Amino acid sequence: MEKNNIIEVRDLVVGYGADTVLENISFDVEEGEIFIVLGGSGCGKSTLLKHLIGLIKPISGRIRIDGDDISDCDEATFKKILRKIGVLYQSAALFGSMTIAENVSLPIKEYTDLSHKSLETLVKMKLKMVNLNGYENHLPSEISGGMRKRAGLARAMALNPKILFFDEPSAGLDPVSSVELDNLIIHLNKSLGTTMVIVTHELQSIFNVAHRVIMLDNKTKGIIAEGNPKYLKDHSDDPFVRNFFNRKSEH
Amino acid sequence: MESFKDLSSCRYEISESNDGEMIIYLEGRIDADNASSLIESFGSLIRDRSPVSLVLDLKKVTYLDDFGALVLVELRDMMADAKGEFNLKNAREEVLFVIDSEAIAESPKLIKIRPPSMFVRFGDAILKYVSDVKYLISFVGSVCLAFTYTFFHPKSLRMDDTFLYMQKTGVDALPIVGMISFLMGLIMAFMSSIQLQMFGANIYVASLVSLAMTRELGPIMTAIIVAGRSGSSFASEIGTMKISEEVDALFTMGFDPTRYLVVPKIMASVFVVPILTLFSDIFAILGGLTVGVFMLDLTANAYILQTLKTLSLFDFFLGIFKSGVFAILISWIGCLRGFRVKGGAASVGQATTSAVVSSIFLIIFFDSLFAVTLRYLK
Repeated sequence: MEKNNIIEVRDLVVGYGADTVLENISFDVEEGEIFIVLGGSGCGKSTLLKHLIGLIKPISGRIRIDGDDISDCDEATFKKILRKIGVLYQSAALFGSMTIAENVSLPIKEYTDLSHKSLETLVKMKLKMVNLNGYENHLPSEISGGMRKRAGLARAMALNPKILFFDEPSAGLDPVSSVELDNLIIHLNKSLGTTMVIVTHELQSIFNVAHRVIMLDNKTKGIIAEGNPKYLKDHSDDPFVRNFFNRKSEH
Repeated sequence: MESFKDLSSCRYEISESNDGEMIIYLEGRIDADNASSLIESFGSLIRDRSPVSLVLDLKKVTYLDDFGALVLVELRDMMADAKGEFNLKNAREEVLFVIDSEAIAESPKLIKIRPPSMFVRFGDAILKYVSDVKYLISFVGSVCLAFTYTFFHPKSLRMDDTFLYMQKTGVDALPIVGMISFLMGLIMAFMSSIQLQMFGANIYVASLVSLAMTRELGPIMTAIIVAGRSGSSFASEIGTMKISEEVDALFTMGFDPTRYLVVPKIMASVFVVPILTLFSDIFAILGGLTVGVFMLDLTANAYILQTLKTLSLFDFFLGIFKSGVFAILISWIGCLRGFRVKGGAASVGQATTSAVVSSIFLIIFFDSLFAVTLRYLK
């Protein structure tokens, strides 16, 4: 079955002021795909993510999310797009004064008419889904970094968005928590069919979860590789790409 | 058999048998958009018709997420409450996957964090007060030590930062201090002229404005503005550094956080707040002069002469000295509140509020002390 492109990026130029970080990049993300944006530090991964979720307007180019142009749209369309996306920030960005359950229920309360009882049940289901059942009444400061990430994920997918964006999900996690989060990403992708766009440079995670990757480079300010990471590891024409996937130094 | 009902992207059809069995045929997507409507519709159906058993046929359900699972769980619970049977029929594999994997565990009841009882809060407040006083004493000691060290090692003073804070606290505050003081002088002159005009004592407007502003209102107004602008900024800056572990980083790099963060702020404030007060006095006198010239038919010359005749050097220096003391209090309490920040963003907000409130209280308190002391010294 042919899949739709849920994200279309065309001739995108991004940067800060007059300094461009990425120039004329184009790529597509298919519906239901786990798509990873990777590259060395300072190559513009996080900047690209901020553009994809509409936090920053591009210098030029087009970003279409499920058919709507996020780079140039009116407020109503922008809000419509925001309902379709969820973001897990690097620090999880949970609200410190609210319990985990309150954090997760915040968007559900705002956008649905569920009764208090149904809301409570749903929040428990969401937290069970990320293996945080029993921690509903804890404050973010009372749980570990890995748990915070999972709680952030539960909040990001509170309304079951079509696309989930992850900014460095494995950053600051121990290997076990990191693998658990990877498994959760795979599980959610399978069970709900959510498209996942992940910005990371954690090789193990990339090999574990990615269907397809693009690799950014700060020298060319563009995409230097695109495809399956396991294939690129051994068969990429670019030695820099092979070195990256094989953890080899250039020197 | 009843006709189809449309609910967003989901439709359903109901069939009821004579022995009380109800079958609901669902079709389409069950998701966040229609979950609450479905729960409501099916809830009223169960209440109205009290079926003995309820079967949900999911054959034509194309998408079901955890909102969909919630609908099923709620229906199951409603039927259990009504002592009826509940079954699923023709659930596709992926639908079952969602239901199986997302069944609710025995989770605790959700609670809303409420403020503790009055007694707990009272006890907590006392403990907090004791801890604050302890910290306050140690902070006074720490600031004194840092200044003593800086006095004997002047090169240790971070001059760049000190100049930066001078600019932020002094130069950047000048427009607002000037404007408020000018308006204060204007209002005072205007209000007092109404009374003084009756006695033909217009010229004393100059005395009233100049004396009140240089001795009392100039230093107080300037200090309150500085407390709002810079005291709060010191508290939030240090507070944010505290929660992002920058203060810990300074400490582990061998810096004394007090010497590094507090000394430049206090030094800068002590230097610029008296200068700001001087400007405040001048702008207030100009405000009074404007009323005197344009409303009271006084000449500018006469107004200035009367001002100079009224003011003594003592009045002027008293105001400047007081503003120096206020500067120490504002920057000291701002930094102290910043260092007391614990936890997250809310704590930074509390520290900022507390810095401003405490500064204003201390300004008024010390001003009263000056007034009483001077009364007895004379």
